Amino acid sequence: MIEKFMSLNTVGVPLDRGNVDTDAIIPARYLKTLKRTGLGVGLFFAWRYDMDGKEQPDFPLNRPEYRGGKVLVAWENFGCGSSREHAVWALMDFGFRAVIAPSYSDIFHNNCLKNGMLPVTLPAAAVRSLIDALLAAPGGKVEVDLAGQTVTGPNGDIHAFRVASFAKTCLLEGLDEIALTLTSAAEIDRYERERKKATPWLFLDLAG
Amino acid sequence: MPTLFEKIRDRHVVTAREDGNVLLYIDRQLIHEVTSPQAFEGLRLAGLSVRRPGAMLAVPDHNVPTTPDRSVRIDDRESREQIQALRENALGAGIALFDITDPRQGIVHIIGPESGLVQPGITIVCGDSHTGTLGAFGTIAFGVGTSEVEHVLATQTLWQRMPRRMRVMVNGALRTLVTPKDVILAVIAKIGASGGTGYAIEFAGETIRKMSMEGRMTVCNMTIEAGARFGLIAPDETTFAYLKGRPLAPPPSLWDAAVADWKTLPSDPDATWDREVELDASNLEPHVTWGTSPQDALPVGGVVPDPEAQPDRSERARMRRALEYMALSPGTRLTDIPVDKVFIGSCTNSRIEDLRAAAAVASGRKVHANVTALVVPGSGLVKRQAEEEGLDRVFVEAGFQWRLPGCSMCLGMNPDKLTPGERCASTSNRNFEGRQGPGGRTHLMSPAMAAAAAVSGRIADVREVAR
Ligand code: SF4
Repeated sequence: MIEKFMSLNTVGVPLDRGNVDTDAIIPARYLKTLKRTGLGVGLFFAWRYDMDGKEQPDFPLNRPEYRGGKVLVAWENFGCGSSREHAVWALMDFGFRAVIAPSYSDIFHNNCLKNGMLPVTLPAAAVRSLIDALLAAPGGKVEVDLAGQTVTGPNGDIHAFRVASFAKTCLLEGLDEIALTLTSAAEIDRYERERKKATPWLFLDLAG
Repeated sequence: MPTLFEKIRDRHVVTAREDGNVLLYIDRQLIHEVTSPQAFEGLRLAGLSVRRPGAMLAVPDHNVPTTPDRSVRIDDRESREQIQALRENALGAGIALFDITDPRQGIVHIIGPESGLVQPGITIVCGDSHTGTLGAFGTIAFGVGTSEVEHVLATQTLWQRMPRRMRVMVNGALRTLVTPKDVILAVIAKIGASGGTGYAIEFAGETIRKMSMEGRMTVCNMTIEAGARFGLIAPDETTFAYLKGRPLAPPPSLWDAAVADWKTLPSDPDATWDREVELDASNLEPHVTWGTSPQDALPVGGVVPDPEAQPDRSERARMRRALEYMALSPGTRLTDIPVDKVFIGSCTNSRIEDLRAAAAVASGRKVHANVTALVVPGSGLVKRQAEEEGLDRVFVEAGFQWRLPGCSMCLGMNPDKLTPGERCASTSNRNFEGRQGPGGRTHLMSPAMAAAAAVSGRIADVREVAR
């Protein structure tokens, strides 16, 4: 069951970088867990702390003006690299509920939706204006309205965004996708019966 | 006039939604210890069971140490617990498991093909982004997150938005010591780390056709580094010959029917593409990366580029950051960059051909005094074959460490990792900041090039070393 997505009006946190990969979002050594919770401690670890474990004061997540922000704004190809869903779990555990970027890796985008986190895609120019505004006046608020499909920047500029209708419903209602898919169980059964006739070699048990 | 990708998709659609998403039947799922525990836990909490345990195969690889003592003890408690959880989850559900002491254990993307379970025309997923490796067999193979692992365990399906179609044509004969790794690094440098986003990339052309299955897997392995969801290659006689007789391939009674089916899969000659890219491989040089994105690849004869010459503001900033992280300055010749570690392994380059290529360079030479070099076979079966061919002795005599199979130094989550500031010549697929360990610096290259770096103590042109 995913968390319902609520509209946000919160401090926007600018991350003025492109191609932010999931190894940067959550380093591999934090993946040795059996849980989905508690991953916030490792979020952006190598960027938040120096080699001696001291906070890097300039990194946006460490600056007092940005603390508690729930919307992260970053550049293109956000969440590229490893498929680790831990990246989304870490962002959410830290408090983020939405990311705004010009593009995402496919897997990261999917992983967000499965967890009730909203990946907003905006044109590069809109992202530029948001990042610039948040850097110029730290602590500025960003409003994310999923029902209305708009982002309102700190300067009051409104950006419309698109979201797949199914994903939107799932986010707003917190739907359980597996339970939903299982309502198609009869179709899956039928598919398997037919495929078994056409390609029987794919139905041999791998466990022998 | 459908493409290979569309033909495979069409035969896997269970049902479709109005928004264009399709419920795709997933023939097979590979499972490893890091991205699956939460999926099994989710099933338990929902009171669900695994729908088709016989369609799954599990293996521990990311966390396992590569030293011989691993069968008796693993010091890291969390690693031990993840490996144990995988064992319990697999055995509890009746899922095949290649456990840590099984001679077939190895990196998930190596053992799948090796066992014969990856066959043309199938859909296959794994909670790992390099699942695209398996597209080399003419499959729809892609990496998924843990929620999707759970969805497949419970339903044997996934909802998917279908990608657009890109074809990358590679023509021309590769020159001596230029390898499939150089081809894919050049492709990524050409289209960029996000150039493939939203696409399924079919690799075609004479260069690809002439590659072995091992080489094709190296190419498809790194498709994700160009941002693409899948990479795939049409099945042909090379594919069928590779599969024939493997334990989980179609048995003799079904073999001819399977091959007849597979032959219908290649893209039709008049198939249409949303984007086409061409690469002339005949003049290709061995490639290495200088930065922190796989797109930062250059011919080995090149120099570290200058960010100030880059017109685009955000790319300029990215390059400056990369050079700072890599501790390199513009204009430095790539072959003047010293290395501390050499890693020959990972699902990109740990198959038998990769080890042969590295051994050919290592043979009769010595690992440089400043370098620690590791060779990590991709699986127990690759290791055995290499030992039968005497490659282990070549490596050990040259001063390389010969290890047990696993992901090893490809990612920093088992004992093999870089320490801060260390520089590594690596045959893996990612040079991201901290990928091989916090503060570690990675230069991606082919196995032959990595072996050349090991004996030279710096990045070197293997064609000069092997001369
Ligand atoms: S070898 Fe590296 S890229 Fe391949 S599965 Fe293991 S960690 Fe992932």
